[in-house]
Amino acid sequence: MGKLTIGIFSSLIGSMSLDFALKLAEAAINKGHEVNFWVSGNATMLSKKAQRAYRDYSFLEKKVKELMERGVNFTACEACSEARGYHKEETMEGWKRHHMDWYLASCFDSDRVLHIGGE
Amino acid sequence: MAIKKLAFIVDKPPYKTETSRLALTHALSSQSVEIYLKDGDNVEPFLAFIGDGVLNCVKNQKSLTMYGVTSLDMHIRNALLFGLNVYVCEEDIMKFGLTEDMIVMDSDHPDGELKTQIIPYTEIQKAMETCDHILFF
Repeated sequence: MGKLTIGIFSSLIGSMSLDFALKLAEAAINKGHEVNFWVSGNATMLSKKAQRAYRDYSFLEKKVKELMERGVNFTACEACSEARGYHKEETMEGWKRHHMDWYLASCFDSDRVLHIGGE
Repeated sequence: MAIKKLAFIVDKPPYKTETSRLALTHALSSQSVEIYLKDGDNVEPFLAFIGDGVLNCVKNQKSLTMYGVTSLDMHIRNALLFGLNVYVCEEDIMKFGLTEDMIVMDSDHPDGELKTQIIPYTEIQKAMETCDHILFF
């Protein structure tokens, strides 16, 4: 089985790209692949805990937790998070926070990289 | 020991969104990626600006003065100083009526030898074909 890195830059609200990326991660896990999931830029919003579900907006906290339990490695860009006021204590449990070089290292040893750009 | 080539392809213009800035900051982070890798392993990134993305390369940007944020041309100069190849699509430069003297062509630093390369799109495509991963911004 292979290793997949998904890098995503789109925000939780205002785009469906994160919804799609999580579905992609789930499909890869279902096929037995290893998945690293990197969020940077506005996508760091996904790592914030205590998201509240409204039917008009994407609510992905539950899906993230489910995928985390199944082994998806979720990592957020620390600088992008801090710049937005998403501090470590407000980050969902289980998320890692690293600098951008972590993403490039993940690209290094991945069989495939799916890079999903920003808005 | 292995070197993986990464292409950072930028087709978004500067400032309207964060996208092109993220391309540059991620590419520049290659300077410290070795801390996560085995001895001898590394990544070799290059930056290519195509389409509207060539507007990132216009020199003398004033975002630091006007908005207090670093400019994209500062990041491009740093990329050149750190040894990243920077390619700019020749056809798209012409499309915008830009000329070489309007583009960031060097790091503007005494230790920086690398120059921006304005090349046809076909050459950029050839460079992309040699890469392990393409990151499209």
